Amino acid sequence: MATYLAHADLGGDQPRMTLSEKLWQVNWLLILLICGISSIGFAMLYSAANGSFDPWASRQMIRFGVGCVIMLAVALVDIRVWLRLAYPMYFLSLALLVAVEVMGEVGMGAQRWIDLRIIQLQPSELMKVAMVMALARYFHGPTLEEVGRIPRLFIPLALVVVPVALVLKQPDLGTAMMLMMIGGALFFLAGVKLWKFAVVIVLGLTAVPVAWQFLHDYQRQRILTFLNPERDPLGAGYHILQSKIALGSGGLFGKGFLEGTQAHLNFLPERQTDFIFTMLAEEFGLVGSTVLIGLYVLVFAYGIIIGLRSRNHFGRLLSLGLTVNLFLYVFINMAMVMGLIPVVGVPLPLISYGGTAMLTVLFGFGLIISVFVHRDIKISRRAFETEL
Amino acid sequence: MDRDIDRYRSVTRRALVLGATKLGMVGVLGGRLYYLQITESDHYRVLAEENRINMRLLAPSRGQIVDRRDVPLAINNQNFRVVMVEEQVGDLEDMLNRLSAIVPLSDADRRRVLRDAERSRAFVPITVQDNLTWRQVARLDVRAPELPGLSIDVGELRHYPFTESTGHFVGYVGAVSEQDLTGDPVLTLPGFRIGKNGMERQHEEALRGTAGTSQVEVNAVGRVIRELSRDEGTPGRDVKLTIDIGLQEYVQERLKTEESASAVVLDVLNGEVFALASHPGFDPNLFTTGIDVENWRRLNDDPYAPLTNKAVAGQYPPGSTFKMLVALAALEEGISPSHSVACPGHMTLGSHRFHCWRRGGHGWLDMVGAIAHSCDVFFYETSRRVGIDKIAAMANRFGLGDKVNLDMPGERPGLMPTRDWKLATMGTQWQPGETVVCAIGQGYVSATPLQLAVMTARMVNGGKAVVPHLTKRVGDAGWHDGAGDIGIAQPHLDVVIEGMNAVTTYGTAGRFQIREPGMEMGGKTGTSQVRRITMAERAAGVIRQQDRPWRDRHHGLFVGYAPVHAPRYACCVVVEHGGSSSVAAPIASDILLETQRRSPAGLQMSVDSVGPVPTSEG
Repeated sequence: MATYLAHADLGGDQPRMTLSEKLWQVNWLLILLICGISSIGFAMLYSAANGSFDPWASRQMIRFGVGCVIMLAVALVDIRVWLRLAYPMYFLSLALLVAVEVMGEVGMGAQRWIDLRIIQLQPSELMKVAMVMALARYFHGPTLEEVGRIPRLFIPLALVVVPVALVLKQPDLGTAMMLMMIGGALFFLAGVKLWKFAVVIVLGLTAVPVAWQFLHDYQRQRILTFLNPERDPLGAGYHILQSKIALGSGGLFGKGFLEGTQAHLNFLPERQTDFIFTMLAEEFGLVGSTVLIGLYVLVFAYGIIIGLRSRNHFGRLLSLGLTVNLFLYVFINMAMVMGLIPVVGVPLPLISYGGTAMLTVLFGFGLIISVFVHRDIKISRRAFETEL
Repeated sequence: MDRDIDRYRSVTRRALVLGATKLGMVGVLGGRLYYLQITESDHYRVLAEENRINMRLLAPSRGQIVDRRDVPLAINNQNFRVVMVEEQVGDLEDMLNRLSAIVPLSDADRRRVLRDAERSRAFVPITVQDNLTWRQVARLDVRAPELPGLSIDVGELRHYPFTESTGHFVGYVGAVSEQDLTGDPVLTLPGFRIGKNGMERQHEEALRGTAGTSQVEVNAVGRVIRELSRDEGTPGRDVKLTIDIGLQEYVQERLKTEESASAVVLDVLNGEVFALASHPGFDPNLFTTGIDVENWRRLNDDPYAPLTNKAVAGQYPPGSTFKMLVALAALEEGISPSHSVACPGHMTLGSHRFHCWRRGGHGWLDMVGAIAHSCDVFFYETSRRVGIDKIAAMANRFGLGDKVNLDMPGERPGLMPTRDWKLATMGTQWQPGETVVCAIGQGYVSATPLQLAVMTARMVNGGKAVVPHLTKRVGDAGWHDGAGDIGIAQPHLDVVIEGMNAVTTYGTAGRFQIREPGMEMGGKTGTSQVRRITMAERAAGVIRQQDRPWRDRHHGLFVGYAPVHAPRYACCVVVEHGGSSSVAAPIASDILLETQRRSPAGLQMSVDSVGPVPTSEG
């Protein structure tokens, strides 16, 4: 791989970096933060299994180890390679999304998985990263002025709308909305004027009643329950109530490690995945949860700073977009367990148990670090335009 | 490159705007966390505790019932149950097959177990069979490794070791019914039993005790994780009775010579009941686990009414045992004890002729003689001079006509008629002939054996209003009884006592006198007519009682006391349809002898105290 990188002279007269130079450039402090957050995750998974590494913590640690290797490898790959791979990866993800429609297994009431025997692949997770890459790739080309022209927005709009439509069909309203928000963020970062957002939002809202007519009754019920969990007091409503009880009863300092009654007596649902933050907040209180949020904020700050320090537009948009993706994961998950927004199946990155999420998140961090390592590489706007 | 700088500026500006937005949103999360974990923390802490902590009630151990010498009459036996936890069993059918080799299981039992297993969660223990024998427990214990998921559980089962002798007054316990629910949460415990009758019911509250609680931690599906704290509660208090179980058993056994009979033995000084028997009896143990249909039908259909406590609920015409009350009413009216009446064998009132039990008559008799020989005509004549209302008032003072407030449920009031009573209930005037009939304890008059025993006690204790009771002590608190006076002049009582002493020396019960020196008894016979003797029967010669159907025969009664020189024990025996008093008197004689031998009142019969027996002047 290193050899390939060394010859990937895609930006003209750029300084070539040796492998050891790149390793020196890797942002080890960010990796330390990632390891710190993940370790908190291992501790919580250990607690979720009532004080046992089995079945979650040990497997999560192995995944994290594998993920770290991938992250480092991704970080060392030249940013221009990622630029080149952006569209292929996007279309691969799109193909997988179509595949789950066709042959996906029914998991958690919706088709989201592809069973690859070794790992259950969730294409919608991949798509979050792939879409950021594709949009960053697209907006790398046009000038600010060109972005202002509406026809230039049709292709990126399609890049967002097609996967969103596929995910909606699964149906996974939460992921679809997250994809839309990621897309919107990239449009915003690319310099699309605010009034255009306003127009799209207004058009979208007026389309809702029309779309409503075309929905089946069970689909309407599902959407209503999603928006208002009180409709289902024994399902989603019960989970949120128990989660709030767990959070609230944690108090300032929490009940202590392995001492969370709500979590360990099974009142808390999905405590190893979506509701793992609740367990942390129950056992370590406001202090513990604030520390974790603080660590995340540091990671976000790194993502933004790395983006702004990149001398190529693709790198900027990639790092900033991936940070938005990461932020949305964290925010939606936490807001959900706190009862601020409806329950959607969004894991807490680096902490929740789950293979695809862990690997895609680490892959994303690999890209961010790659942006940092290759921050001084300039890439011509027109370099790949003909390829699309 | 200028264009790239434009883009750089734009993206920087917008990235900072986005960053600020993110910070703001993180701020919202922080605010929400603060609200949940600090502001509302106490509220959620309570909810979390409610989630995880369950209160379980622990049934208190029921108090014992013991007799006056602390012999247990109602105890708690250990009830061994075999309990199954489905999730540990494996193959349910296979386990039941293996279990049935040790403990017999009917098809109905199997169905119940399978049904319960289906209905409840897999970790909830299900009772497979209870009331195991020791042998079964031991065998199950040995084979425990082959029977995973089964365990032996110990509960309490009420047991009455004296069975039939105690059924009527100790009562029994049974399942809690809808009406029994008083708000005490312990009553809702499955399998909880409460007193349904007798002393078990009378002292239910004391015997029951208060429930303990066990705080357990449960998980979301209700499985108990661990016990947090335990309060054993207060076991029920023991209840000590005045009954002497030895005497009680003797009395119960003695009554078995008759079809249906009852007897009461009292302490005349303080009203303590030493024996209270009703024959036939029933085994209260039948009721503790729920009586089966066959036994229930047998007890209910029995013509001799084994379920009725006839000593307190049987209401009989007192017959001649009532005559002392007429005598006392007459004495209080100023009639002299030496007032004599000639008995020709009958008395005519208007167009009606009232017969004496002795066809040929008694000749001249004074009051003592009239009691001794139980002359009907003497009391016919006397009652006409006194009047029914005075007689009724006297009877009331001796405990007749209303409940005597025995500390036990099920007592009946009997009946003591007056002029007003008849007008109120029948709407007709009192007839003089009715007074005459009442004077010999017939007609409307009825009384329970208990009332007659109380009457006898009050006659021989100097007119003290003793109240009969079965409770000696509840827990540590004793019975307080300050008996008032019923206000009868002692000379009047002396006349009646002399008459009753005469009954057992030369009178109607002379041949049944106790032959043990110093233990002699006094008393009064009574034979109460159930069916009117028609003119035709009288003309044809009265049919012998033995030849009548049981239901038509006379009741035989006897009230007595002993020893005559210092009366301490009063006794009443009623033999339902026994034919005559001559069946009741020997029973009473035996009972009073046995009572004195056992001396439940704590009297030591010393040789010195055995003086000459006061004999009555004829």
